[in-house]
Amino acid sequence: MGFKRKKGDGDGEEMESEGRGKPSFNGGGQKHVILPSMIKNKDKRSKVYAKQKQEKKLEKQKKIRERDAAEKRALELGEEPPQKQIPKTIENTRESDETVCRPDDEELFADIDADEFNPVLRREVTPKILITTCRFNSTRGPAFISELLSVIPNSHYQKRGTYDLKKIVEYATKKDFTSLIVVHTNRREPDALLIIGLPNGPTAHFKLSNLVLRKDIKNHGNPTSHEPELVLNNFTTRLGNRVGRFFQSLFPPDPNFRGRRVVTFHNQRDFIFFRHHRYIFDIKEIKPSDKGKDGVSQERVKPRLQECGPRFTLKLVTLQHGTFDTKGGEFEWVHKPEMDTSRRRFFL
Amino acid sequence: MQHDEVIWQVIRHKHCSYMAKIETGIFCRNQYNVTGICNRSSCPLANSRYATIRDHDGVFYLYMKTIERAHMPKNLWERIKLPRNYEQALEMIDKHLLYWPKLLQHKVKQRLTKMTQMRIRMRKLALKTREVIIPTPRRDIKREQRREVKAEKAALLDKAIETELLTRLKTGIYNDIYNYPESLFNKILDDGKKIVNEVEEEDKEVGVIEYVEGDDDELEEEMEDMEDFSGFPSKESYLEDSDEEDEDDAEEQVVIHKKGRALKKSDDNGKSKKKSRVVVEVEEEDGGTRALKSLKL
Repeated sequence: MGFKRKKGDGDGEEMESEGRGKPSFNGGGQKHVILPSMIKNKDKRSKVYAKQKQEKKLEKQKKIRERDAAEKRALELGEEPPQKQIPKTIENTRESDETVCRPDDEELFADIDADEFNPVLRREVTPKILITTCRFNSTRGPAFISELLSVIPNSHYQKRGTYDLKKIVEYATKKDFTSLIVVHTNRREPDALLIIGLPNGPTAHFKLSNLVLRKDIKNHGNPTSHEPELVLNNFTTRLGNRVGRFFQSLFPPDPNFRGRRVVTFHNQRDFIFFRHHRYIFDIKEIKPSDKGKDGVSQERVKPRLQECGPRFTLKLVTLQHGTFDTKGGEFEWVHKPEMDTSRRRFFL
Repeated sequence: MQHDEVIWQVIRHKHCSYMAKIETGIFCRNQYNVTGICNRSSCPLANSRYATIRDHDGVFYLYMKTIERAHMPKNLWERIKLPRNYEQALEMIDKHLLYWPKLLQHKVKQRLTKMTQMRIRMRKLALKTREVIIPTPRRDIKREQRREVKAEKAALLDKAIETELLTRLKTGIYNDIYNYPESLFNKILDDGKKIVNEVEEEDKEVGVIEYVEGDDDELEEEMEDMEDFSGFPSKESYLEDSDEEDEDDAEEQVVIHKKGRALKKSDDNGKSKKKSRVVVEVEEEDGGTRALKSLKL
């Protein structure tokens, strides 16, 4: 067979001819790592694998112990401890996207100026929303819609009937609505949201999941009718910026801070989490720190949140330029399954 | 030709791949079948002379099969394109199926009618926007749910919202709206020690009480005191007697005053508990504390 390689044996060349494996060419000390999958004998293979795992574990433990010891030593001597390693998160290791908005991008500003959302965001037009459903509405749909009506100010609900969506779009434009929201129900649960900007705004199709109604939230609060504040987090790319502005155009641009209502759209890994809270700022005394620096109690301001209104998650499926037209419309962004292959790539 | 009967016997009683038996009846899946039912007269395999209508992309074709071409399977079916107009198509069928059995003609015309109606309906529906159900593999659905849960955990929503609100507060857009005065708020933000000190000072002020001399009231009070306390310990009575013998009425007040004072002093020493009265002490060092003590009574 001649396939099995003993450790500490052979040349670099032979290593290369094997293809895989992790040769480390540090001058004299060459480690030949045997890939267990190359060994055909199951018994031997499992033994080699177990041994390698054990060695890796020991190495890791040794490293951790060294690190801890170094830190302790540095603290005792009064020096600065060695810098802590930053753990890798998916957000840290996100694939770099060239469409991320930079603060000095002129093209971005030009695009924003020529946006469809400008009339609303520049306070020329107050937003007026029409909410409707798909042809068959059942169970949680109506409850969700009534909650949406309370969240979004200046919104109206109309029953769907059997009208064509394009006809509904025409009707809404005629009646001076700025947006149309269609709640789509599947298997007795709302599962998609179609937001159409009017008169010629973009159409965004979102997948809705994880809906929790107000009555199912513990200790929920009741929203008032003051205009809410908006929080839009993590919309970094150009596409994300556009979607963020789209959400912004649903709400009136002048929030009433006295009402202390905040509506949040938080984007994390292409999932947009919707939350609706009432907040209040508290002055809390924080107990003296344990390090014994000062025994003085400091007072800090802390905001407290009470959740009211529904809670759900959205995921963008398609974004189409112009009003609803699946056949003839121009799609700015479509989600394809091949986009999901990389775990570190996000689009919003 | 004579084959037909044989073929039918074999097919029907043994096995025909095109036959589909459902609870409502027996159907024929053969594409060339006119009626769609498995019948002796409707079976395209068991009839040498047969005609059907089939449609390709909305165009109807009349297919005919005759016994003369039975040995040439490739050229078996003759195809004629039918006009779009329903009446004209009917006429064309009449023309081509002249002298054919009545049953077949009738069935073919029925089929044409049905297909025309279907075509009209399909066209109308195609104009309307229909919902298309796109199935997603279960693997993708599960993957999305898993990713959503992890994203929610990574998002730390409450914390994010709170930090955002705090930064907005610091930029000052909420000022003049909030329930606590700004000056106090700034103090809190800058230095927490000041507040603790202020509290201590107030305590000191609370302790110290200043007294102003009041004239007759005091004397009268003391007089009352003296009346009340008839039975005094021997020390006090001594003082009383000695004073009174020495002085006249003119000095009565003073005497009384002195007595009062003396009494008061001794009172303080001995029977501080009986009187729940405020004592005037100004100059002594321990005055403050003494005053405090009497206060607590």
